[in-house]
Amino acid sequence: MDASTDLASHSHAGHEPHHHEGGHDHHELSFWRKYIFSTDHKVIGIQYGISGLIFLFFGFSLMMLMRWQLAFPGRSLPVLGNLINHLFGAGSMPDGKMAPDFYNSLGAMHGTIMIFLGIVPVAFAAFGNFVVPLQIGAPDMTFPKINMASYQAFFVGGIIMLISFFVPGGAAKGGWTSYTPLAIISDKGPGHDVFWNGQTLWLVGFILLITSSLLGAVNFITTIIQLRAKGLTWMRLPFFVWAQFITAFLLLLAFPPLEAAIVMQLMDRLAATSFFMPTGLVVNGAPLSLSGGGSPILWQHLFWFLGHPEVYVLILPGMGIVAEILANNTRKPLWGYKSLVFAGLVLGFLSFIVWAHHMWLTGMGQVVSAFFQTTTVIISIPSVIILSAFFISLWGGSIRFNTPMLFATAFLPMFGIGGLTGIPLAFNSADLYLHDTYYVIAHFHYIVAPGTIFAVFAGVYYWFPKATGRRMSEFWGKVHFWPSLICMNVIFLPMFLQGMLSMHRRWYDGGQGWNLANDKVWGLSGFEWNKPISIAAWTMGLAQIPFIINFFWSIKRGEKVDDNPWEATTLEWAAPSPPPHGNFDKPVVAYRGPYEYSLPGRESDFTMQCEPISESDRRAYEAAAMHAGH
Amino acid sequence: MEIPYETTARPDTGLWNAKIGIWLFLASEVMLFGGLFSSYIFLRLDALPGHWPHGLLNVPVGTMNTAILIASSVTVVLAWAALKMRQFTRYKIYMGITILCGVIFLFVKLYFEWPDKFKHFGAFIREDRLEKYEAYLGNHHAAEKGLDPRIEITGHLENPEALTDPNIKEYEVQLDQVSAAPDDPASDRPHFWQVPRSEKVAHIEKEDVERATYFLPTHSTFFATYFTITGLHGAHVLGGVIVFTYFWLPIGANLYKRNPEHLANRVEVAGLFWHFVDLVWIFVFPLFYLL
Amino acid sequence: MDETPTAAGEIVARNEHAPHDNHHDVSQHVKKYLLVGGVLLAFTGLTVFLSYVDFGNRKTNIAVGMLVAAIKAGMVAGIFMHLSAERKLIYRILIFTAMFVFALFWLTYLHWYNPISR
Repeated sequence: MDASTDLASHSHAGHEPHHHEGGHDHHELSFWRKYIFSTDHKVIGIQYGISGLIFLFFGFSLMMLMRWQLAFPGRSLPVLGNLINHLFGAGSMPDGKMAPDFYNSLGAMHGTIMIFLGIVPVAFAAFGNFVVPLQIGAPDMTFPKINMASYQAFFVGGIIMLISFFVPGGAAKGGWTSYTPLAIISDKGPGHDVFWNGQTLWLVGFILLITSSLLGAVNFITTIIQLRAKGLTWMRLPFFVWAQFITAFLLLLAFPPLEAAIVMQLMDRLAATSFFMPTGLVVNGAPLSLSGGGSPILWQHLFWFLGHPEVYVLILPGMGIVAEILANNTRKPLWGYKSLVFAGLVLGFLSFIVWAHHMWLTGMGQVVSAFFQTTTVIISIPSVIILSAFFISLWGGSIRFNTPMLFATAFLPMFGIGGLTGIPLAFNSADLYLHDTYYVIAHFHYIVAPGTIFAVFAGVYYWFPKATGRRMSEFWGKVHFWPSLICMNVIFLPMFLQGMLSMHRRWYDGGQGWNLANDKVWGLSGFEWNKPISIAAWTMGLAQIPFIINFFWSIKRGEKVDDNPWEATTLEWAAPSPPPHGNFDKPVVAYRGPYEYSLPGRESDFTMQCEPISESDRRAYEAAAMHAGH
Repeated sequence: MEIPYETTARPDTGLWNAKIGIWLFLASEVMLFGGLFSSYIFLRLDALPGHWPHGLLNVPVGTMNTAILIASSVTVVLAWAALKMRQFTRYKIYMGITILCGVIFLFVKLYFEWPDKFKHFGAFIREDRLEKYEAYLGNHHAAEKGLDPRIEITGHLENPEALTDPNIKEYEVQLDQVSAAPDDPASDRPHFWQVPRSEKVAHIEKEDVERATYFLPTHSTFFATYFTITGLHGAHVLGGVIVFTYFWLPIGANLYKRNPEHLANRVEVAGLFWHFVDLVWIFVFPLFYLL
Repeated sequence: MDETPTAAGEIVARNEHAPHDNHHDVSQHVKKYLLVGGVLLAFTGLTVFLSYVDFGNRKTNIAVGMLVAAIKAGMVAGIFMHLSAERKLIYRILIFTAMFVFALFWLTYLHWYNPISR
């Protein structure tokens, strides 16, 4: 396990803790060791961040393509259409018109890439790797080499997913959930390779992504348990660290059953077993020669056993980032820190026993349905506690609306909309109608797109100075923020309407053929709403350009800032920017909680965790304790 | 700054890093095999009467492999204890035995058990023709005794070309004892000692057969789960053997000279993994071979 | 860290109350390990034997088989994996894992047991 540690310690055994800049290092690491095969948590975090952001944009591009087909079904996409037909192979967009199979591939891969190659790597792995060790005052992760292996597994898994676009038959088409038996019989037969086909590569790539997440999760949890700085007790951890800790547990315990299921689906595809194949299946008019006796429901159970905790894997790091930025920019302690922590723990726990609410339509009996319905409604309580605490934190603060704060505050109502619209879906009876409609799409996208992705942007703007020593441009940040906020809502709000008009989420023609008399909302039919949505989606694509330029430009040219430009309290700001290998010049000690803003009796409105307690602090704490006692 | 608590315990947790790491990893392994075993339960519960075969695996060989794994678990813990007592030679011996046990286990599985299954043939009889093959199935006898119905005739396929050649109209099967004398009470339950195949050859018409296959993963959900779980378990054994070999060869064992405690910790961590692999097998063995 | 000659000594000092860290302790445990190994082998035989005893129906046989397996697993986990005297933290991790495994088993079973129609 810690074969890693030997080399690492060897290279340092010779010399004392080095001085400030990495430039003074006695033996300079080669470019490859420093940036590609690095074991430094910060480099790995940045690797995860940049590849994750690229994947996010790629996954979003897939959706922008699909939006063409939805808004203008069957019409040829000018210029780009033919290009894509060349790129992704004949048959993807003949004459610039999107082929049905290609549309399905785009849909399945959009979901897969956004979740597993985009958000998890950025929100969990990138921020977790870069920020968590700094925030807990640790020199690195506990297992640096395993950390590197985690990134490499992720990278190879991502490459395999990308390769799957270019094999005969194209990428996986079974949706991001790969429901069986469809996923098992797809991408098979004439014109498909036995191994080099979309669905099989999806499964293989997925195994690597799971491996990556498991290695990361083990590392995160051990690091948070073992490497907390002296004095940094559990209740002094920044909420972000708590969020990552809970997320890591979710990944650690929810992913393996899906890994088992993926191995079984791989067996179904490659060894003709029948884990998920029912008896008597007829495909293309011919009965399949399989033993049968398998169960498609079993796949769904194992998939959603991951699938639901995964939702919280997506949102918890986002909440953590938002918590940090809210406290920093309201210049007052986070409201209800303890309730936040416990709500997070309860959320994590409950997320394991709600999964079958994704399966209301599979014919579960009343007992099972009642159980999952109850747990699902209960899980809204901790979510509401967290959101309420965030809102109350804003109360009475003198808020600084810089770019990170704009994204963080936008997160609150957006996540609120996403969460509240989920409640009808929790109920079996309402879900029977809304299941698999655009309503569901709108619901979960409100949580992950203007929710988590906004939190991710907030985090990038917020921690960018720590990683580079320079700040991103405020002006271009705002140019990025406002169009993104507007476009997000123009995209997803109408989808609720489409869903309530019962438009199915997987229609290839955008619901063109779905005619119901007088089914118009705000003057447009369900299908006609596709056009404004698509236009907003493309505009949002354009709105990311300022971000991309700002990001790369600021690395070299951004305004230079000191170690703590936001005047924040947590430990990462006590390290030099950018932190050298080993992070801190000398061991840090935490003397107080994470959000000591506007502490009475102090001149500055922030007091860092590593500042020793002064006499005036003692009096302030005593007064607060007295106040709480009354 | 170096990473602390690599070999020394952190005072408040009382543990060093890798110890927590391995237990977290094992927790995820519990969930992995939990997923597989819950699938096993689900599929077995879902199986129609007669569709979950019994007694097709070689019990003596399985028992032997179980004993080998248990023995290796003992030796690995002894190897760790030897390191703790700073007895390097003993460590080398015990670790060597452990590696040997792992290799034997894999050898038996891959060169004996699995290939043996791949040569074994079974023909599932169509539901409306079961009566015709009563002599090989013994369903009247089974019904009297309250046993599950039999729908499969097993043995050695004498004319393998029948599987591919549409002109051959029947399978010639040299029967297993259980299909040769299905009414014999001895056939009611699986045999401990493998019974030699009978001399009897049955001719089964192809059109009476629902499916005919060797004992491959595709044979039934039973063999599908068997091969998947034992395969994944075997992969774990292989992983353990590789790690142990690294600690046994000078490349890993030389750590003893520099920091014997560190090597002991590593062996303890790898040993925990090995015990877990043993623990999984403790459930695999009765579930697949016996019950 | 591995260059510090006092490393091993330090551990003993820090883990005064930790199990197995004393050389003397370990040598005492060796006998126990051998004994447990023997018991495990005997139980393997017992499992095989019990599977040939007719308990009336297969369900009972499975229950008995699983019971023996659980005892064996308990011995491996408790003695070989030192879980009988481990740190609280490890127990906490495992308790949660056990709960979720149980949820996976039980709820999947519940769905099988209680379908809307069959």
